[in-house]
Amino acid sequence: MKKVIGLLAAVSLLTAPLAQASTVTVSGSTSVAHVMEVLAENYQKIASKNVEVQSTGSSAGIRAAKDGTSMIGMSSRNVKQSELNSDTKEIVIARDGIAAAVNNANPVQNLTQEQISQIYRGEINNWSEVGGEAKPIVVVTRENGSGTRGAFEEIMKLQRTVNGHKVTAISPRAQVGNGNGMIKTIVANNPYAIGYISLGSVDDSLRAVDVNGIAATDTNIAAGDYQIARPFIVLMDKNAHINAQDFISYILSEDGQSIVAEEGYIRVQ
Amino acid sequence: MNTASKVRTTGLELAPAKTFDWKERFFHLLFLACAMVGVISVATIGWFVFQEGLPAFKEAGVLNLVLGKEWLPPALYGIFPMIIATLISTAGAVIIGVPIAILTAVFLAELAPRWLANIVRPAVELLAGIPSVVYGFFGLVIIVPAIETLFNIPAGNTILAGIIVLAIMILPTVITISETSLRALPSVYKEGALALGASHIYSIFKVLIPAARSGIFTGVALGIARAIGETMAIIMVMGNAPAMPGSLLEPARTLTANIAMEMSYATGIHSSALYSTGIVLLVFIVLLNASLLYLNRKRSY
Repeated sequence: MKKVIGLLAAVSLLTAPLAQASTVTVSGSTSVAHVMEVLAENYQKIASKNVEVQSTGSSAGIRAAKDGTSMIGMSSRNVKQSELNSDTKEIVIARDGIAAAVNNANPVQNLTQEQISQIYRGEINNWSEVGGEAKPIVVVTRENGSGTRGAFEEIMKLQRTVNGHKVTAISPRAQVGNGNGMIKTIVANNPYAIGYISLGSVDDSLRAVDVNGIAATDTNIAAGDYQIARPFIVLMDKNAHINAQDFISYILSEDGQSIVAEEGYIRVQ
Repeated sequence: MNTASKVRTTGLELAPAKTFDWKERFFHLLFLACAMVGVISVATIGWFVFQEGLPAFKEAGVLNLVLGKEWLPPALYGIFPMIIATLISTAGAVIIGVPIAILTAVFLAELAPRWLANIVRPAVELLAGIPSVVYGFFGLVIIVPAIETLFNIPAGNTILAGIIVLAIMILPTVITISETSLRALPSVYKEGALALGASHIYSIFKVLIPAARSGIFTGVALGIARAIGETMAIIMVMGNAPAMPGSLLEPARTLTANIAMEMSYATGIHSSALYSTGIVLLVFIVLLNASLLYLNRKRSY
C-alpha cells in the first residue's frame, strides 16, 4: 500500500512541472476576461496549449502578475508605477471606448468633458444649459463597483474624498441601472436621459454624443483623440515562461487582433 | 418493584412492549428529518447572513448604518433611504393591492357565476406563475412611460411605478389564500345570517369576512413578504437612486435592489454592508411574522 502511494506521489511530482509548463495562467479584470476567454479558446485550437483564465478584478490581476502567482495579469484601468516590479512589462492588447449616449430624439450633438462631468455631479440639470431643449436631464449611471463606472469616474474626474476614502462624485439622485443592457433600455426609452455604456454596445436604439467635438469612433479612440477610453492591459514578467510570451504574441498578431475587433473592442495593431 | 409488576399485568391489554417497531421508528425519524429541513435552512441562512454582516456593523456602527442617509462605499454605508423606500413601496402595494384582492376573493367564493369564476380563477393563478423579470419588463415598457405622460415628469422610473408593479404582483397570493379561507367557512355561518334576514352582501361583510379573518391576514402577510422581497421587477422600474426620495414621483432604491445591484462587484466591508442590508430585511420579515402571530392569536371572548 505504502509503495503504491509512494509511486503515485513520485509520478505526480514528475508530471506536475510538465502540466504546468504547457499551461498559461491568466487572471485579473472581469472586463478583459470576456475577450481573453475567446482569445484563449482560439489559441488552444492552434497551439494545443492550455490557457486558464480567471476573472478576479483588475487590482487582483495586477497583484498576481507582480507576485508571480499568475503568468499574466489583466487590468482594465491604468496601472500605477507603485503597483509594479521593475521587471513587469505592460502590454496594451485592446482599447474599450465608453460612449456618452443619449436618446435618438435628443438634438444635442456635442458635449464637453466638463459639461458631462457637471451633468453627472448634478450641477447641470437642464438640457437647455448645454444647447438642447428646455427639459430636465435624466442622469443614468452604472452601479457602485462597476468597472465601466470606475473608468468613467476616473476619466471624468468624478471622484471626491470622504473620511479618507475615495468615493464617487456622481449625484445620488442619478438613476442606477445594472449592466450595459439596462442603461441602453432606459436611455432608448427616455428622450431626456443620458447614460454611459461600452462603445461596443452602442446601436441604432440610441446615439453616442461627440465629446469635445470628437466623435466616439474606433478610429478616434485608436488615434487617442476621443478621451473617454480605457486600455485593456496585460502584465507579464520580462522573464516569463516562453508559452506566456507566445500567447501574448498571438493576441497581438493579426488573428488575435481580429478577434478583439469582432468582440467589439478597438485593436491596437 | 411494585410499579413494575403493575405494568406487567396491565400491559396484557396493550401491544407487547418487548418488540421494537423499527419500521415505525424509521418513518418517525424520516418525517422528523424532513420537518427539520426548513428549520435548519432558516437557522443556517440567519447564521450566515449575521456572520457576514457583522464586520460592517462593527466598522460603521449599527446606528450609522441603519439611520445613515448616504450610501457612498467605501466611505459611508447608510441604508436609511432604502429602508424608507422599501416601507413606502410595500405599504403602497398593500393599500392598492389588498382591497382589490379581497374583493376578488369574495367575488370568486360567493358571488361569481360558475362559468365566470372558471375564467377569473385560472387567470389569477396564471398571474402567480409569471416570472418577476416579465413584470419588470412590463413595468418598464408600459407603466413607466404612462407615468411620464400622466404626471408630465422627465423620468417615470419612480416609487409609484414600483408600487403599481408590486400591487399587481401580490394579487394572486392574497386572492388565492383569502378565497380558500372564505370557502373553508362552515355553511351554517352564511345560512344563519341569511335566515336572520341579513342581505347577501351584509352577511358577507359582517359575518363571512370577519370569520375568515385569520386566513385573510395570512394571505396579506404573505403578500407583504412578497412585496418586501421582490427584487428583479423593482430594479427595472424604480430607478435605484440611493438618495432619500422626496415624493412618490422620484426614483428610489429598495433594500433588496441594493443587494442585487452591487453584490457582484463588492469586496470587503462593502460586501459585508450588503449582508447587513440582508440582516435588516430579515428583521423586517421576522417583525411581519410576529405581528401575524399576534393578530391570529386565539382570542378569549
